[in-house]
Order: sequence, then C-alpha cells, then structure tokens
Amino acid sequence: METFEPVIVAFCCHYCAYTAADMAGTMRLNYPTNVKIVRVPCSGKVDTIHMMKALEKGADGVLVAGCLDGDCHFKNGNTKATKRVAFVQKLLEEIGIEPQRLAMVTMSAGMGPRFAKIATEFTEEIRKLGPNPVGAAKQAQAAADKVA
Amino acid sequence: MITAERKPLAEIIDSIDDCRRILLVGCNECVTVCSAGGRKEVAMLASALQMDFMKRGKTLDVREMTLERQCDPEYVEQLAPYIGQVDAVVSMACGCGVQEVAKRFRDKRVFPAVNTKFMGASEGPGIWAERCHGCGNCLLGLTGGICPIARCSKRLLNGPCGGSSHGKCEVSDEIDCVWQLIWDRLKELGQEDRYEEIIEAKDWSTERAGGPRKIVREDLAQ
Amino acid sequence: MMTESVLEKVMKAGHIAVTGECGPPRGAMPEKVKEKAELLRGYVDAVNITDNQTAMVRMSSFAASMILKQINMNPVLQMVCRDRNRLAMQADIIGAYSHGINTMLCLTGDHMKFGDHPMASGVFDLDSIQMIQMVRKMRDEGKFFGGAEIKGAPKMFIGAAANPFADPFELRVARLAKKVRAGADFIQTQCIFNVDKFEQWMKGVRERGLHKETYIMAGITPMKSVGAARYMKNKVPGMDVPSELVDRMAKTPKEKQAQEGIDICVETIKRVLDIEGVAGVHIMAIEWESAVPEIVERSGLYPRPQV
Repeated sequence: METFEPVIVAFCCHYCAYTAADMAGTMRLNYPTNVKIVRVPCSGKVDTIHMMKALEKGADGVLVAGCLDGDCHFKNGNTKATKRVAFVQKLLEEIGIEPQRLAMVTMSAGMGPRFAKIATEFTEEIRKLGPNPVGAAKQAQAAADKVA
Repeated sequence: MITAERKPLAEIIDSIDDCRRILLVGCNECVTVCSAGGRKEVAMLASALQMDFMKRGKTLDVREMTLERQCDPEYVEQLAPYIGQVDAVVSMACGCGVQEVAKRFRDKRVFPAVNTKFMGASEGPGIWAERCHGCGNCLLGLTGGICPIARCSKRLLNGPCGGSSHGKCEVSDEIDCVWQLIWDRLKELGQEDRYEEIIEAKDWSTERAGGPRKIVREDLAQ
Repeated sequence: MMTESVLEKVMKAGHIAVTGECGPPRGAMPEKVKEKAELLRGYVDAVNITDNQTAMVRMSSFAASMILKQINMNPVLQMVCRDRNRLAMQADIIGAYSHGINTMLCLTGDHMKFGDHPMASGVFDLDSIQMIQMVRKMRDEGKFFGGAEIKGAPKMFIGAAANPFADPFELRVARLAKKVRAGADFIQTQCIFNVDKFEQWMKGVRERGLHKETYIMAGITPMKSVGAARYMKNKVPGMDVPSELVDRMAKTPKEKQAQEGIDICVETIKRVLDIEGVAGVHIMAIEWESAVPEIVERSGLYPRPQV
C-alpha cells in the first residue's frame, strides 16, 4: 500500500498563526506540505460549518489556529473558536468520525517554530488515524463511477 | 419563543436511513433564535448527515430550505415545487411546523429533527429557560409577574413547599425556587400582603385539560 | 366537636396529643402494617399513614389506613397532591370516611424525582392549601369542590404540614396562616432538630394568634446513628440538623448511638412542650417504630388519655 498523505486544512488567524507560519517559512523550518493554510481575520471568524465543510469535502484533518489565551486581537474570538471546535467534535463523534481530526491550537505571531512543530505533529497524528472515512468513500465512489 | 433542541443524530439517521433524497427544512422564527433549527443548523445537519451516509458508502442528496415560518401554510407552500423530488422531509421546526408540512403533503413522510421543549426566554447567550406554560388564564398579575405554574416544579400556587433552600428548588440547584423569586419581587413592590391572599384552585379547562385549544377571531376569520 | 376524630377529642380536651407514623410496605404485606402499628399501640393517639412517601410506590395510604381500622387503631390518612387530581382525591376521601377514617393530612408531596418513578407525570391539580379548602368545603358545606351537593358528607379532621426550617424563613409563618385560613384544624411540623429556630417560628405564630386557631404538633424524629444524622443534615431538602447534634452523635460510641438518638429525642420533646402554643408531638420514627414506647414514656406522655 502506498503511503498515505493526509490533507490538512489549517484555518490560521491573521494576527498570530498565519504570521507564525510565515515566520516558519522565512526561518527555513520544515513542516509538511500537507498543511494547506486558509488565512482568516480571527479564529473566531471560523464558523462550525467551515469546519464541517472542510471534512465533508475530504480533508483528513482540520486545525483552527488562534491567538494565545487572552491575546485575541478582537478580545475573545479565540475562546469562541475553542467552544465551537468542541461543539463540532461532539457532532463528529455522533456520526462516528474521530473527533481528533479537528483540533484547536493557539500561538503568538512570533512562534514560528511552534507552528512548524504543531503542523508536523498533527500531520503525523492524522497519518496514524488514516484517511477521513468520508473522503475515502468518496474516492471509491468516483473510481466505481469511472469503471461504470 | 418556542424553544427546541436537536435530536440525537443517531435517531435522525435511523428515521431516514432508507432515503436517498431528503428535503431538510428549517424555520426562521423561534428555532432560529434558539439556535436549534435555523439556516445555520440546517446547514450543519445537512453536512453531518451527508458525511454519515458517505462514510457508509451511501449517498444522500439533501436540499436545504429554511422557511420564513413553518407554522403558516403560505410559507409551507414554498416546498411544493421540490416535494416530488424527495423521499422524505426532515423538519427542524417546532412540532407545529412539522405538522403543517405533514398536513400539506399528505403522501410524503415527515420526520422531526428537533425536540420541541418549552416556551421560554433567553437568560444569556446560549441559555434558554422556561417561562410560560400556556395555561390559558394568566395569573401573572397576582404573582408579581413571575409564573409559578411554569416555574415551580410542583406548580404550587400558594407559596413555596418545604423543599425551598437558599433560593433553590429541591429538584435541582439549577432551578430557582420561583416562590423565593415571587416573594423577593413582592417585597420590592411593597406588596408583601398579596402573598397572604389564597389563590383559588385553578380551572385547568383553559389549559390542555380542556382538550386541544383553538382561537377564533371572528373579525379576521374567513 | 367537628368530627369523630380521636385526635381532635384529645386536643380539644386539653391533652398533649401524640401521633406516630407508619410507612406502608412496598408490597402486598398487610401483616407488615399490623406489625408496625402494634409497636405503637397504646403509646400514640393516632398513626399517620404515609402516601407514597419520598415518591416511592407503596401500599396505598387508604388501604393501610383500613388495616389499622380493622385492628382498632386510629389512622391519619395522608394524601399528596402529586398523585391525584381533585376527582380522585374526593373519591378517596368519601371512600376512606365510609370506612371510619376521619382524620387526614393534606400534603403537596415530594417531587417524583426523588422516588423510584422519576419518569412519572406529577398531577399537582391542586396545591396543599387548595386541598385543605376542598376537604373543608366537603365537611362544612356538604359540597363537592365543583359545587354539587354531597349526600353523606365526609367529616374529616383536617391536618396540614408546616416546615419552619425551609426558605424563605420570613414567609413560613405567613404560609401557615394561609393553611389555617384555608381550614387546617391541626398542623404537624417537619422534624425539629434546631429547637432555637423552631422557637423563633413559634414566636411568629403566637404573634398572629395562629396557635389559637389550629393545633400545632411538633414533628420529632429519633436519629439511629451518626450516619442518619449526617444524611438528614446534608441530603434531605428542608431539614435543619445543627452541627452540634451531629457532633454529639459522632462522639458517641457506635453501639450507644441509637440510645443517644433517643435521649436527644426526649430532650427535644421536653423543650418543645415548654413552648407556648405547642399542642402535641408527632413522632416520626422512620423504620424504627420500636423506639416510640420509650420516647413517649420518658417524655412523660404515657399513658395516653382515654377520650
């Protein structure tokens, strides 16, 4: 079996995680190319439906990356995001999808190495979990359609 | 408003397991305000249902619609063009909405996706609490504007039972003793004497006990 | 005399009344009712028969009361608002009275949540004050609550409960006043452990002259062990067990705790009987009926008057 390369969607807050990712790049820190970054104005802007849609469309893991506790540029966007992530995790559990595929992480703009570390570790964790069962079923369906 | 809570997904999935196409219908009124069955919740449920079906190698086609008011036939009519294309309707409205859909589309199965809970008010973001029981004969004027029927666990009309403790109900610390609230309010109003008036036994015939109720406004009815 | 109730006769004659309590069994075991009642015979004027106490299903109060009548004892039929609407209440009251049951206690009832059927619907058609009004109307006006005439009106001696220890305290005398106005002939209070607070409540009762309009019986419960004391202090809603009493039980060696409980009980009875306006004691020796004779004798309440 060929090695599984997970697709990770990371919603990154403009004021912290996005800048940290940028810094990781300029510092030439390696982190997996599996991580696709979506820049958002605040982690609190990431709605539950965005997390769901990412998984529904086939992402194997979703990260919501916001500012450190108490450091949100908009006061409490990150705490809202944390609660939303927990809400969606419960929903995922209800339909039998591993809640670990979704995670909330926090960092400051200066934490390039932390971003790289989280990106690497999360990718590994998802690699261990294997493909998102939704995406896998989708691919199988597509293959079947092709044959037909 | 009428409050509701989404049913467990397993129950919803079980009810539509044999369907390939469903119409998932929300309502813009009460269930939107209490975040149980508005546009947003419809989108979340659609996504969850589709993921569940895909995961099991099945497909589910979900058409999402959110009506202005699911308890009015005028709005329910908007479903008509799509009803023929689906195997069933899943409604995220309160029980009134579900029944309006069932009444209009007689040959279509309709399943509720929420449990309708109570008539309540918001106590803060994400918190709703029961306020009115719909007894059909309001006595809030006697009780300082706080309802003992909806808010006392034993719907006592003449004061707190022996289980009132530190302002809380014996049933749960999460429940305020409504008679403590009423008493505090009567004191604020300088109407402590009102407590001593015996509230007579309630005529429950104006409540559900009298059978299903109906209001007819002759000047409006056709 | 309003009724044929022995309890009424005892109190009207100016004696200190004594009532006991018998919780019916959770099964068709009439002999259990008799066993418990026999332990009380001669030591109390009447025996309260609880009605699905703590919301646990038991033999009905009506049926167990009849068993007491059969062995020539005086039951106090307890009735809660939780399990019956006004139709069932009136039917049972007429039925009970037809069998010579002439004393009853009108209660709200513990919430279903505390019992073995938390999924049950609570009736609460009437509250306890409205139930008192209803029973009085049946007796004094000879009319059903709905207004129709009763042929053969039940003449019940009407009791009600009062809890001087629940919140809000300032409302507790006012609530008693409502019950008295509704028609309560006698009152049995919640178990008294905090005598100071009871005294304070009785002061309020006397200020309004309520002790002259109704007979107030002080509720007394012997504690069998320090565990029971702690349980009542911490777990039973509306109970006020002072820490000193719990400590006193805790300091007593285990094998002597039951005796200590009886001692406390007797001391409490002597104290409450010194309070002006107390017309009797209601001894609730829950699953410990055998303690009652000693308590009654040592409190100087034996023998019971013949009326």
